[in-house]
Amino acid sequence: MTPDGTTTDATGPDGTTMVDARGRRCPLPIIDLARAIVTLADGDTITLWADDPAAGPDVAAWCRLRRQELVSSRPLPTGGEEFVVRRRS
Amino acid sequence: MLLDAARESVASDLGARPDEISFTSSGTAAASAALLGTAAARRRAGDVVVVSAVEHSSVLHAAAHHEQAGGRVVQVGVDAFGRVDPAAFTAPPGTAVASLQHANHEVGVLQPVAEVAERLHAAGVPLHTDAAVTVGHIPVDLRALGADLLTASAHKFGGPAGVGLLAVRTGTRWRSPGPTDEREGGRVPGFPDVPSIVATAAALAARGSELDAEGPRLAALGAELRGRLPTLIDGVELLGDPSPAGSVRHICAFSCLYVAGEALLDGLDRAGIAVSSGSSCTSDALTPSHVLVAMGALTHGNLRVSFGRDSTRADVDALLAVLPGVVREVRARFGAADLDPTL
Repeated sequence: MTPDGTTTDATGPDGTTMVDARGRRCPLPIIDLARAIVTLADGDTITLWADDPAAGPDVAAWCRLRRQELVSSRPLPTGGEEFVVRRRS
Repeated sequence: MLLDAARESVASDLGARPDEISFTSSGTAAASAALLGTAAARRRAGDVVVVSAVEHSSVLHAAAHHEQAGGRVVQVGVDAFGRVDPAAFTAPPGTAVASLQHANHEVGVLQPVAEVAERLHAAGVPLHTDAAVTVGHIPVDLRALGADLLTASAHKFGGPAGVGLLAVRTGTRWRSPGPTDEREGGRVPGFPDVPSIVATAAALAARGSELDAEGPRLAALGAELRGRLPTLIDGVELLGDPSPAGSVRHICAFSCLYVAGEALLDGLDRAGIAVSSGSSCTSDALTPSHVLVAMGALTHGNLRVSFGRDSTRADVDALLAVLPGVVREVRARFGAADLDPTL
């Protein structure tokens, strides 16, 4: 999906789009998020996993700047954070 | 005495009395002494130190030191411009001292120091202000600001490295946090670096005489940069207060979507342009700037442009000629060339 191919992209059992950007440094998780969210229908959500220290503030800032909805965020048991973002067109 | 003359000169430039001014070995040392010395003298009032979330690391490190020694620290948040709300900058019971910068070092926003000082004084709490960004750049008057302690750094206004200014207003309770001797009014031990202090006083006096001309000139450079950036690059967020009265005008900060700050610095460096970044990739700890995080600003692709007395219109033109291409190239390298960066 991206030039270095480290991002995995999958559809979860409930139809949620998943992006695993763990191990990728900012701004790559945000670029992954931006690229994946345009494939969603308005109102659908995407789940992003990231462990770069800038991911938390930047996911929130990106949602504000691009007028998307940050639904929730929580720490992952294995390190990093999970973000759920809803597409708003 | 040269030292006395330098002290009188600096005091006069800051609206202070000569015996209120001490010279330290750096702005960092001055901020530490201001905060920890007031906390020490007011130990019986309490062990809480209140700081804003966007203070310079010197103030935050002094607060962390206080905490490690068993004291408490309360941080006050900021709005999207990076400014504290005076009504929210309150001192909880047991507050020994509070610290609020005069202007922010990363985004230039001016803080409501006088209003905060007035509110704190009503509660009997003294205020330190870190004026490293403003001294020598805009008029700074200790009494007009209302702060009880003020610190600054000589190299920030064209003076030599290795000299900090510590102003402690008469009547402020202060006790040295470390051993002292008879020098610098009992506030800074050890023999002072007289030649550098004399150079500091000369630099500050010279800056004072240039302020009327330099202020508007640098403000025009900053306005030019802020005005043209969004027209040349998509996905740029200008940081700080857009109102000219709300910021020092020699600092212009912004963040570019989908680029790494480090790659921007490299690209500009190749063109001979030196700026700064608060992005995590440019920090030794790989953590983003605490100022940008506190503001809720985008932390990647962050740049800070500081103008000085040598800066010219040609420098702004050179930056604006190079930056759009650098941003395009970095976005392509990160696989973001096809993303819509419009804000």
